[in-house]
Amino acid sequence: MAASVTMFEQLPRNPGTALKLALVEDQRANLSAIERRAASLPARRSLKKEWQAAWLLRAIGLIDLTTLSGDDTPERVRRLCAKARNALREDLCIALGLSEPVHTGAVCVYPTMVATAVKALASTGIPVASVATGFPAGLMPLKLRLEEIRYCVGEGAAEIDIVVNRALIFAQDWPALYDEVRQMRDACGDAHMKTILATGDLKTLRNVARASMVCMMAGADFIKTSTGKEPVNATLPVGLVMTRAIRAYEEETGFMVGFKPAGGISSAKDALVWMAMMKEELGRRWLEPDLFRFGASSLLGDIERQIEHFVTGRYSAAMRHAVA
Amino acid sequence: MPSVKEIVQTMEYGVAPEANAEVLRWLDARESFGHFIGGAFVPGADGESFAVENPATGEVLAHCAQGTEADVDAAVQAARRAFPAWSGLPGHARARYLYALARLLQKRERFFSVLETMDNGKPIRESRDIDIPLVVRHFYHHAGWAELVESEFPGKGPVGVCGQIVPWNFPLLMLAWKVAPALAAGNTVVLKPAEFTPLTALAFAGLCQEAGLPDGVVNIVTGDGETGALIVRHPDVDKIAFTGSTEVGRMIREASAGSGKKLSLELGGKSPFIVFDDADLDSAVEGVVDAIWFNQGQVCCAGSRLLVQESVAARFVEKLKARAEKLRVGDPLDKSTDIGAIVADVQLQRINALVDEGRGDGVDCWQSSAPLPNNGSYFPPTLFTGVSPASKLAQEEIFGPVLVVMTFRTPDEATMLANNSRYGLAASVWSENINVAMDLAAGLKAGVVWVNCTNMFDAAAGFGGYRESGFGREGGREGLHEYLAGKPAKPARKPLFPKPDFSAAPAARTAGSAADNTIPALDRTAKLYIGGKQVRPDAGASYAVRTADGSLVSQAGLGNRKDIRNAVEAANKATGWGGNAGHNRAQVLFYLAENLEARAAEFAARIAHLTGSGQEEAIEEVHLSVQRLSYYAAFADKYDGRVHATRARHVTLAMNEPWGTVGVCCPDDSPLLGFVSMIAPLIAMGNRCVAVPSQVHPLVATDFYQVLDTSDVPGGALNIITGEREALARVLAEHHDVSALWYCGTPEGAAAVEKASSGNLKATWALDQTAIDWRDPAQGAGREFLRRATQVKNIWVPYGE
Repeated sequence: MAASVTMFEQLPRNPGTALKLALVEDQRANLSAIERRAASLPARRSLKKEWQAAWLLRAIGLIDLTTLSGDDTPERVRRLCAKARNALREDLCIALGLSEPVHTGAVCVYPTMVATAVKALASTGIPVASVATGFPAGLMPLKLRLEEIRYCVGEGAAEIDIVVNRALIFAQDWPALYDEVRQMRDACGDAHMKTILATGDLKTLRNVARASMVCMMAGADFIKTSTGKEPVNATLPVGLVMTRAIRAYEEETGFMVGFKPAGGISSAKDALVWMAMMKEELGRRWLEPDLFRFGASSLLGDIERQIEHFVTGRYSAAMRHAVA
Repeated sequence: MPSVKEIVQTMEYGVAPEANAEVLRWLDARESFGHFIGGAFVPGADGESFAVENPATGEVLAHCAQGTEADVDAAVQAARRAFPAWSGLPGHARARYLYALARLLQKRERFFSVLETMDNGKPIRESRDIDIPLVVRHFYHHAGWAELVESEFPGKGPVGVCGQIVPWNFPLLMLAWKVAPALAAGNTVVLKPAEFTPLTALAFAGLCQEAGLPDGVVNIVTGDGETGALIVRHPDVDKIAFTGSTEVGRMIREASAGSGKKLSLELGGKSPFIVFDDADLDSAVEGVVDAIWFNQGQVCCAGSRLLVQESVAARFVEKLKARAEKLRVGDPLDKSTDIGAIVADVQLQRINALVDEGRGDGVDCWQSSAPLPNNGSYFPPTLFTGVSPASKLAQEEIFGPVLVVMTFRTPDEATMLANNSRYGLAASVWSENINVAMDLAAGLKAGVVWVNCTNMFDAAAGFGGYRESGFGREGGREGLHEYLAGKPAKPARKPLFPKPDFSAAPAARTAGSAADNTIPALDRTAKLYIGGKQVRPDAGASYAVRTADGSLVSQAGLGNRKDIRNAVEAANKATGWGGNAGHNRAQVLFYLAENLEARAAEFAARIAHLTGSGQEEAIEEVHLSVQRLSYYAAFADKYDGRVHATRARHVTLAMNEPWGTVGVCCPDDSPLLGFVSMIAPLIAMGNRCVAVPSQVHPLVATDFYQVLDTSDVPGGALNIITGEREALARVLAEHHDVSALWYCGTPEGAAAVEKASSGNLKATWALDQTAIDWRDPAQGAGREFLRRATQVKNIWVPYGE
């Protein structure tokens, strides 16, 4: 299943809009109500048998298979890329009736690893995503952050995961945030920009809602929850707030923006809950890789085990599936 | 079945059925069910039975016995036999049984969930994640009350045998709400589940056996409304607890009038769901889903009237429609079903009829395009916009997944529209502004107000309605009162006074009292007291007032129904009284006490002269009246509400609110103390009173006008109509704008008042005038008076940013 081939038309990129402060400040998020919705979501939709297997298969194509560690090496990145290209054991692919290998949505690496990954994925159609702008804290001079984006794009990254300046959010300085993200978008050029809000740092859902809106106005192709380095990563309440912001932005502008929860999503069951949330809150279209990605490293392993269980009827083990 | 390759493109959810083999096996083993009486399943007395269907499929699940008079009688007798031992158990022992029931329910939660869904048609997600966990929680909570009831409610004990009639919308949960508090307080019960949904109650009976509950403590009789009526009418039932329609509630009120049975009613509703422009609209949309599309809208407290602020109304309705399109209507046993089956075909027809009629009103009707199953009773999510309050759709309880939408401009208008209903069960308010939300919560006439949430329940919070949604609370401390009775030492019965002659014709002086030649006393005219003014009776009539030995004293106004009407109008206008701080009301009551004491000698002389009591006794009556005013003045700012310990990060405020306008009919005797003892707690709590003072000695109350006038009591807060108590009581009981009625008089009068009160289902409190010694503070004063003078409103406020 090629991630780039879908039954849907290619969408126009979100060009962004002028900063509409009223719309930013109009964002409201009632924590308790959102938590209740988040708590009932997993129980409202259940996927069994063929349906579960199919949804998990799709989940694989939505994964940004990620390594963002201090001990990353080119060899480690090549291994990751190899796994991204053959994400599911061949016999399982055949059992599911697939004629081609299954690959992930993208791989996501540090800037210095982009060239290695691009080479390893040559002619597979799998895009390479790079974090940038002083990931994960983002506390570098703007000039350097922008330069880092240009470096990554030059290395061949098709997607750039930037981090926002949290201080501007705490200050509610929306013009400044808008301005920075705008410049980052310009620096990305044709590469798609995912803006990481680091929601675990932002603490309040209202901050999340407002920052989401500003980033989309500034031209984000995706909004993304976390770097994976904050103490709290992607949570369903945060996901609800961001998907609702995406819906509000589409109602306002007509442009569809993607969503990427990242960090902490490690079980197949979690993945299904997030996907059901996308379908319920935003619709079927947001189950395609141009609008939805998981930032995950260990999720794939659990999905492989669950698919093997579907195929064989026996519970699987990690060692039966190739590691990244 | 589609292939994985196909599904990966369509991304449909597919089917996810919950297994029900265990339940089917259980049903197969029991083709027909009898009643559960005295700890055993017994066949119905005359062998008649009715079929119980699965509304999702139309299949017959079981046959249940139709309870007859003999069955009900056997059940009541079994409960009566079990009562002494059960109520005599230490609370700790009863707690162990309730704890065991909670545990057993928890251990069999899936069985009960599946059975409930098959019997009722509600989605398995709801029975599994909402109903059954709340059932378990209720038994745990009340196991705790069993432990504490003796120490927490000193001087109170169980009522006796409780007849309990529960509806079909939450069959096991409503059973829990009835059975758990009754058992905790030491009562025994005869419960009748609804005829559409008796199966979980019968399975619960099995659980009682499993828990080793003593025989006869819980009895379950199945049957239809006839069986319910037999329970209501049974002479050996001490209390009736009913949840169901207002119509049936009214019949029960009438049927039980004068029986002395304690009564609590949880009835219908047309609850408002109010959305302000500063609300988190997406969350409010989810709130609507939980309010009206929960349990197919078959919820007494369903938020069925959506009130949206004009500025966001169009946007909100669009969001709501988009959300409703996502709701899946179908097999209740499928784990991905949002809306299951309507409980029975007859209900489906009722919903259809109301909706069809509504369409004719020229309003816009929108329904989700979700496909409905071909078989079974289903109805799609439905939304009426452009509805006016005058529309039947906005007034009548539809009891289906049907929402009507109206708009408002200001908070005041929202409150006004929300309160424009005969019902008052629940309300939901959505705003991110705490000032707006709490202001609404305070002004709404509803027993439960949910701020930025809806349909929140917890065993520790009271649930129950204002107005025609019934009276009494279930859950929490306030709910336990419904299963407790005072146990005062029975005072000696006092003699009855002869009924005065209410003739408006000139009356003779007492025989033999020929006029002498002394200068007569200046004639005094005792009028009525309405809206802070002395007014002549509408009929222009008076009746003779005589002393105990029969000599003519003077005349008192003969009040009639128009005087009551005027007094109620004056009282209803005096809204400022209840809005005052408790401190201000305390000041007025203290001032009353002060001014009464200043004229103590005059009142004592009047009482002695009229009643023929000794001077000392009369002085004591005045003294105690002053004391009583002072007592309730003290309480005016101290009868606090509570904060219930419900869920984490929630404040659940249980506020004691006044009823509004309360009718008060005073006893013949103790013309000052009886009158003061009844009106003082009521006005201390912020009620406005229309009082009928002692019909035998009305002049004590009319003398009181001057005390009122000098004590800053605002006009309309206390109105006094003299005249024939039974006649005036009837007018008060029938008056739709009187919220509660306290009656102290004869048993026949009490029966008449209770029966006549069914019109607006006002709460009544009937006292036997011969059985109360008003001088004894244990009988004539206390917290019970304050509890009766208020109704509890539970306001749920979740918090967190």
